[in-house]
Amino acid sequence: MLTALDPQTARLSQTVLAGDGWSCALMRGETLRIVDLEGNQAVDTMFYDLHDTAERYDATQTIRRSGQLYLTTGSILLAATGAPLMTITADTCGRHDTIGGACSCESNQVRYSLDKRFMHSCRDTFLLELAKNGYGLTKRDIGHNVNFFMNVPVSPDGGLKFDDGVSGPGRYVELRAERDVLVVVSNCPQLNNPCNGWNPTPVQMLVWAAT
Amino acid sequence: MSDSLPPFLPSIFRDTLRGGEAHSLILGRHQTLRLTDPSGRAAVAGFFFRADAPLERYNMPDTLKAQYTAFLTAGRTLMSDMGHVLLSITGDTCGWHDTLSGHQDAADSRLKFGAGTYQAKRNDLQRNTRDNVLVQLGKRGLGARDLHANVNFFTKVQVDDGGALRFIPRNSRPGAWIELRAEMPVLIVLSNTPHPLDPATIYDPQPVALTIGRAPPPAADDPCRISRPECGRAFIRTEALMMQEGTSC
Repeated sequence: MLTALDPQTARLSQTVLAGDGWSCALMRGETLRIVDLEGNQAVDTMFYDLHDTAERYDATQTIRRSGQLYLTTGSILLAATGAPLMTITADTCGRHDTIGGACSCESNQVRYSLDKRFMHSCRDTFLLELAKNGYGLTKRDIGHNVNFFMNVPVSPDGGLKFDDGVSGPGRYVELRAERDVLVVVSNCPQLNNPCNGWNPTPVQMLVWAAT
Repeated sequence: MSDSLPPFLPSIFRDTLRGGEAHSLILGRHQTLRLTDPSGRAAVAGFFFRADAPLERYNMPDTLKAQYTAFLTAGRTLMSDMGHVLLSITGDTCGWHDTLSGHQDAADSRLKFGAGTYQAKRNDLQRNTRDNVLVQLGKRGLGARDLHANVNFFTKVQVDDGGALRFIPRNSRPGAWIELRAEMPVLIVLSNTPHPLDPATIYDPQPVALTIGRAPPPAADDPCRISRPECGRAFIRTEALMMQEGTSC
């Protein structure tokens, strides 16, 4: 689904390089567009109520209340209490993951090899963002995340795998803030699986004020 | 004087969780917790933390992606967000335990079952898991910020090819059990309330039996250790941690 939002009218437009972090406070009614500039790039994203950060995005609430494991247009991203944080209002990719979590140097050692400790990871990016973005958050506040543009299919017999990306160059997702929300992003540096097409690339963040 | 040896791996503690009840306990390293479903209709939410450093906690995504699975059963492990094994599933006669669908809070519970307040029902009040776990965590100085995904023992939620979730009724059966072995001291919070996707609208959680025992340390060919290379590496990391921290026994 395409929307008519014009990038020229965005109040903010920033490129987040591969492996970098990004934080942004969105006011209620504002729209965030995340553009997968080169395709097949996972964007690990956490959401918090800006004024009560203990109210954070909860994947189990979100998928249970919608009855749907994958996120796309119409999905409402919920906090642990069931409060809506964001709604996906447009999606030219079609499917986004929310049970794949965020890579870490610890899980990389478990999943791939004990010698992967040195590799850059989303969890490290999140920790650094939380340490620097001024909201007083710590590891304790790292909850669930959405992996935009990432494909983690689950089969009826309970199998789960990280699959090749379903996204492509220029695909995007748009989300409307349902309250004032803090967004924290890690543009995933993972090189051990196909979630970034084996080549992490930049993404674009655009924010439009409420209309 | 008895002429027989004491039983191997003696049960050291038995308890029962009433319907609606919550409880928390610390399982020592290589202690086991068996949950038994006498009625065949049990549903128990479980939350797991490293007991001596609860900032480390059960991580549903890390557990599932390391084992290429969307559910839990024997041979699998519950992993923390720090790449350690909290608990191994050493036995399971049920076959499928959900960890995707979270738990019910007071509003959900009221909507589905009615209020069921203390004023109306005294100690048969209709407790919900969110409030139950906040109380249990509160006793240990923890709270909402420490909550992550939980396991829903004895229940099955299937995902179809389009991603739709479906609650599968009668997943358990009378006498079914699951046994967990702690690979480090683990704080376990249990809440015995209905699964959030169970369509039943009568609040009727059934008692669940708890048995705490002791197991030998996992051998080199332990089924949970060798089930996947990922689990083997998680065991190595966990055993290294326990050695470094001087809590190896």
